[in-house]
Amino acid sequence: MRRIGIDVGGTNTDAVLIEEGRVVGAVKAPTSQDVTTGILDSLKKLAATGVLRGADGTPKKVDGVMIGTTHFINAVVQRRHLTKVAALRLGLPSGASLPPFCDWPEDLATLVRGGVWMVEGGHEYDGRPFMPLDEAAVLKAAHEMKAAGLRSVGISSVFSPLDPSHEKRAAELVASVIPDAAITCSSDLGRIGLLERENAGLLNAALADLSRDTIAAFEKAIRDSGIAAPLFITQNDGTVAEASQARRLPVYSFASGATNSMRGAAYLSGLSDAMVIDVGGTTTDVGQLKLGFPREANSVVKVGGVRTLFRMPDLLSIGLGGGSHVVLDPLSIGPVSVGYRLLTDAIAFGGTQLTTTDVAVAAGVFDLGDRTKVAHLDAATCARVFSEAARLAEEAVDRMKTEAGDVPLIAVGGGAFLIPEKMAGVSQVIHVEHGDCANAVGAAIAQVSGECDQIFKDMTRVEAIEAAQQIANDRAVAAGADRATLLTIESEDMPLAYLPGNSVRVRVRVVGDVAATA
Amino acid sequence: MSRREITEDDIESLAVGAWILGTGGGGNPYLSLLNMRVLYREGRRVQLMPASDLGDADWVGVIANMGAPLVGIERLTDHETIARAARLMEEHTGRRFDAVMGMEIGGGNGIRPLMVAAHLGVPVVDSDTMGRAYPEAQMTSVAVGGLKPCPLTAVDVRGLESIVDTVPTWKWAERIVRKICVEYGSTAPTCQPPRTGAEVKKWGIHGTTTKAIAIGRAVREAQRTHGDPVAAILSVEPGRLLYKGKVVDVERRATEGFLRGVARFEGMDDWRGSALHINFQNEWIVASRDGEPLAMTPDLICVLDAVSGEAVGTETIRYGQRVTVIALPGPDIFLTPEGLAHVGPRAFGYDLDFRSVFAS
Repeated sequence: MRRIGIDVGGTNTDAVLIEEGRVVGAVKAPTSQDVTTGILDSLKKLAATGVLRGADGTPKKVDGVMIGTTHFINAVVQRRHLTKVAALRLGLPSGASLPPFCDWPEDLATLVRGGVWMVEGGHEYDGRPFMPLDEAAVLKAAHEMKAAGLRSVGISSVFSPLDPSHEKRAAELVASVIPDAAITCSSDLGRIGLLERENAGLLNAALADLSRDTIAAFEKAIRDSGIAAPLFITQNDGTVAEASQARRLPVYSFASGATNSMRGAAYLSGLSDAMVIDVGGTTTDVGQLKLGFPREANSVVKVGGVRTLFRMPDLLSIGLGGGSHVVLDPLSIGPVSVGYRLLTDAIAFGGTQLTTTDVAVAAGVFDLGDRTKVAHLDAATCARVFSEAARLAEEAVDRMKTEAGDVPLIAVGGGAFLIPEKMAGVSQVIHVEHGDCANAVGAAIAQVSGECDQIFKDMTRVEAIEAAQQIANDRAVAAGADRATLLTIESEDMPLAYLPGNSVRVRVRVVGDVAATA
Repeated sequence: MSRREITEDDIESLAVGAWILGTGGGGNPYLSLLNMRVLYREGRRVQLMPASDLGDADWVGVIANMGAPLVGIERLTDHETIARAARLMEEHTGRRFDAVMGMEIGGGNGIRPLMVAAHLGVPVVDSDTMGRAYPEAQMTSVAVGGLKPCPLTAVDVRGLESIVDTVPTWKWAERIVRKICVEYGSTAPTCQPPRTGAEVKKWGIHGTTTKAIAIGRAVREAQRTHGDPVAAILSVEPGRLLYKGKVVDVERRATEGFLRGVARFEGMDDWRGSALHINFQNEWIVASRDGEPLAMTPDLICVLDAVSGEAVGTETIRYGQRVTVIALPGPDIFLTPEGLAHVGPRAFGYDLDFRSVFAS
């Protein structure tokens, strides 16, 4: 298996080549305004190291290029490059008082809301139809969308995770009227909770144009670099999707940066259950690995002010990093940082701002900049600063731990030098080679997942879990996984409150390696 | 306290406070809050009145949605439909309501009376019949008081309407309406047996909307100022901090149509090394620390997100969540022998004598 992993960060675009479980090349290029140029540059740089050619000079066969990007979430947060969306909800007469976009921030709703249509349809909790789908009303809505010039459509339906048939039928009807429509069905985005699922669908539909253009640009960058390999986009949960699926469901790529660094840490350290601390230039993210994947956040996740049910890693971010401002009297570190201006503003590089990196240079942790400029920092002062950084890190790790005992901690990121070898509540601090490129490594080794979250009725608990597992397996394979490598990493069942009989909601998630391309 | 208009900000606070008083059940009030935002945007306003201002002969509608919270987040709660349940009762009894009140302040039902009030143009009484949330219709102060358990109405957004005219007991009311609710798709806006002003004054649990607003306001203020939201709750309520910990296991099972189970926690901070488990039936019922009962119904056991201070529900609590557990005093009416027979630990199948956290 040979893969290239690329992480497009705020400062750098990192690229790594992994061959048979080993990192054989790692480079950094500045992130470009258009993102794509940075990717092309990083690939050129990687090629320049010679690792992409065999001993005889012929290009090596690469199985896949995995890209992690914050492009899509930034578009939502910064309100840029968004497409007007037609919202079609199947569920009348229920929910009429809370139409699509009803809980969006007004500025974002104004940008995205192209029109709202609600028609009869949807299902009950047990799969019975709630109302028959009003096909005539769907067609009428489609013609109105067309007249309004709308081409991106988000369709939602009551209990569609249980029975997506109404959404699928409505999508066919809309496509018959608007053949080039980009249609998102909420059932493709998972969970029970109409408003949050619909919101995810509408955000996804709003990214339709950006997604199409961005993925096309990624593909071009790879082609132009002369690499003949399929493109995969990394997902919030540490897995990847094939380019075609990622193009269709860009919202699943929202939080992949932090996830990739945690997955990379797992890979580089060989540990699957550990705490991870990723120390960047400005912030430090602390998360927990369970079975090699980040633990997910429990609660509703807001993206750009919109409530969603995305699978996102549960992270604690604190203002500690390699560029954090240091004040000596009284001692304090961060949360303000010089950020990408480290190489000009930090004292060791001729600037005037004392940072954690200056202290590391003074202490001889590494040989950067001009050590004489920080000679005024004596050993005792350096020790005090390091011990304060350690205290901040220790507190963050403790807050994220879910076990009382000591656990291993993997330290990655460019600022990992701030993490000491011994910490309270930590059995062992692990610093790894290529830890500064952990996120690109995480992208390179990403897997494929499949999830099932629905209600089963009149089955034993065991039967219901097996049925859910089968669905999740099939979805993972459909997304490009090798069936032989599938592993269940989450299984949760919940009997439905207040309901008689054996109604149980089961959520199962499986992951597997990407199937080798033919 | 006299009659006053409920502000939009009050309703935002009520959503947070009612969820906390839901003691794990009752469903997240978020969708009810959204409905109220819609009504207020349309220009409607709701008045809150103390029960003491009711005339003895006033006719008061008691509002509650029954059903599974999980269904409620797909078939979104609708202010028109819950108002219809109240109108149906008015038509059936031939009397217009002078005011409405909630069956339970806890969860989404803490806000639904406001939706009805906005439609009927009547005030909401600052009282309910549970002072929290409970899973069954007979677990109310008016049932403890032996008041008449009928008639009841239940409606469905598709135009289905049911009237339960006569049942002999509250348990029968629970059984019959539960069946209707399941047929409707396990969600049913209902109007519970109407009460006279005299009955509300005698048997209502008073000041609970004001209490929920105060709790919610304290939490929101602490969130805004990055203060400690749990300390903020304890500054406005005579509650007690019981425990801080992380969820290590959640075991759930459906029996007799309810969500029963146990959540287990490992201690953090001052509670390190100490284990807590809380048994639940839709709501948190009995909390035990290191195997010894620590708090039990009718005291309110509130499990809160350790960071935000907002409530954590029995349906949504998950492995790894960091929580703070507090107790709030139960309503006085439930502390009587008759009250304990309805909602004490034995009413939930626990062979325990009620001992309040606040007894010592």
